[in-house]
Amino acid sequence: MTADPHPPLEASRGNPAPPALSSRAGTAEERMACDVCDALQHVHDVRPGERLKCLRCGNVLLIHEGHAADTVMAGALAMVILLVSSVFLPFLQISASGLRSSASILDTALAFSTGVTAPLTLAVFMLIVVLPVARATLLLYTLLPLRLALPAFPLAKRAFRLASELRPWCMAEVFIIGVAVALVKIGAMATVSFGPAFWELTLILVIVIAESGNSGDKTLWRMLEKRIPS
Amino acid sequence: MAHAGETHPVLTAHGAGLIGCARCGRVAGHEAHICPRCGSVLADLRRDSVQKVIAWLFAGLICYIPANLYPMLETTFLGTTLKSTILGGVIDLIHHEAYFVAVVVFVASILIPSAKFALIGYLAWSIRYRVRLSEHRRTQLYEFVEFIGRWSMVDVFVVAILTALVNLGFVAGFNPGTAAFFFALSVAFTMVSALCLDPKLLWDPMRNDRDTHD
Ligand SMILES: [Zn+2]
Ligand SMILES: [Zn+2]
Repeated sequence: MTADPHPPLEASRGNPAPPALSSRAGTAEERMACDVCDALQHVHDVRPGERLKCLRCGNVLLIHEGHAADTVMAGALAMVILLVSSVFLPFLQISASGLRSSASILDTALAFSTGVTAPLTLAVFMLIVVLPVARATLLLYTLLPLRLALPAFPLAKRAFRLASELRPWCMAEVFIIGVAVALVKIGAMATVSFGPAFWELTLILVIVIAESGNSGDKTLWRMLEKRIPS
Repeated sequence: MAHAGETHPVLTAHGAGLIGCARCGRVAGHEAHICPRCGSVLADLRRDSVQKVIAWLFAGLICYIPANLYPMLETTFLGTTLKSTILGGVIDLIHHEAYFVAVVVFVASILIPSAKFALIGYLAWSIRYRVRLSEHRRTQLYEFVEFIGRWSMVDVFVVAILTALVNLGFVAGFNPGTAAFFFALSVAFTMVSALCLDPKLLWDPMRNDRDTHD
């Protein structure tokens, strides 16, 4: 293993007294356990475009810190703007036999509001809007000050942990697939047209798919530990 | 391409008397209970992981029964109301020769949930009975289960969208059935079950034993 000729990037930028890598990581040669297979291996800061992979199972361990933070923040910002603006806008409109109707995300959640399915109203609204927006906000809260070389906000690490725990419960992109299925189901009985929220939700799907290939969570955790004294 | 510096034979954090965090990869001493980097509960405390997986999976399976017996969607068309279960809906679509939609609904509501029950069950069983067989393959299965879990919520959303969208009075309309509630619960429980499964147990099933004697 050769020494990294490049100094650690963004990681220590703007931090008046960056703690040495060794002070928190145990030894001068930092070790990391693969989160999938537990194999213990030496790791180091990663240059832009590089990926550090587990030798045992091939799982990506670390990517470039600045790149990881920028991708996550861009996705989070887009998610907040797109979701908040699409809540009240129609995503589909139909007309049949001279009658018209349309549906927004809010209308969809309220569809369950009567009978046994009433608890689903809140659940659907949480899964599609509240949790994805909350998660995106938590990510920006944690990463934005660090990226601007400012001191971290209070409880930044806790906010970041909550964001990663919320991930499986954010289903905005599952919803747009539901819209597509509904579209096919009623396409035969009515004339369907797309509302503005349809395109916003489609963009969200694209963002989530792009983000799923970026496994920067461990990289960002490592950066947080270096930058925020506990 | 950068690579990490360990060669054969593989030393795991557990083998070195340390604990590797399942969320962030930080290595901590074996006495640590909480990861010093990300604050997660560390893996060695999760030795009851398999029991939890099975408990949540069972809850999901229980809810999946009424989800299939009760109607999922009530369709009103020109004054007549038709109640259809998940499977009934698929069969109706086939009768109407809408084969593509039939396949989509069948995959989302029947194939994915069944595959999830089978796969999580198999993974939990493989840990308990130490199937020393292709960890790579089983890790791929685990990632697949984690990935598909949330997607079976699609059908619940479809029911809500149809109800909200098609509201043409006497001509046509939809209403959600009781099954939507149980189906959503079933999906949520199976997701929790998959989240309880510690993927590291797939690679080192023996650690389960050693931990109990610590
Ligand atoms: Zn690995
Ligand atoms: Zn951790």
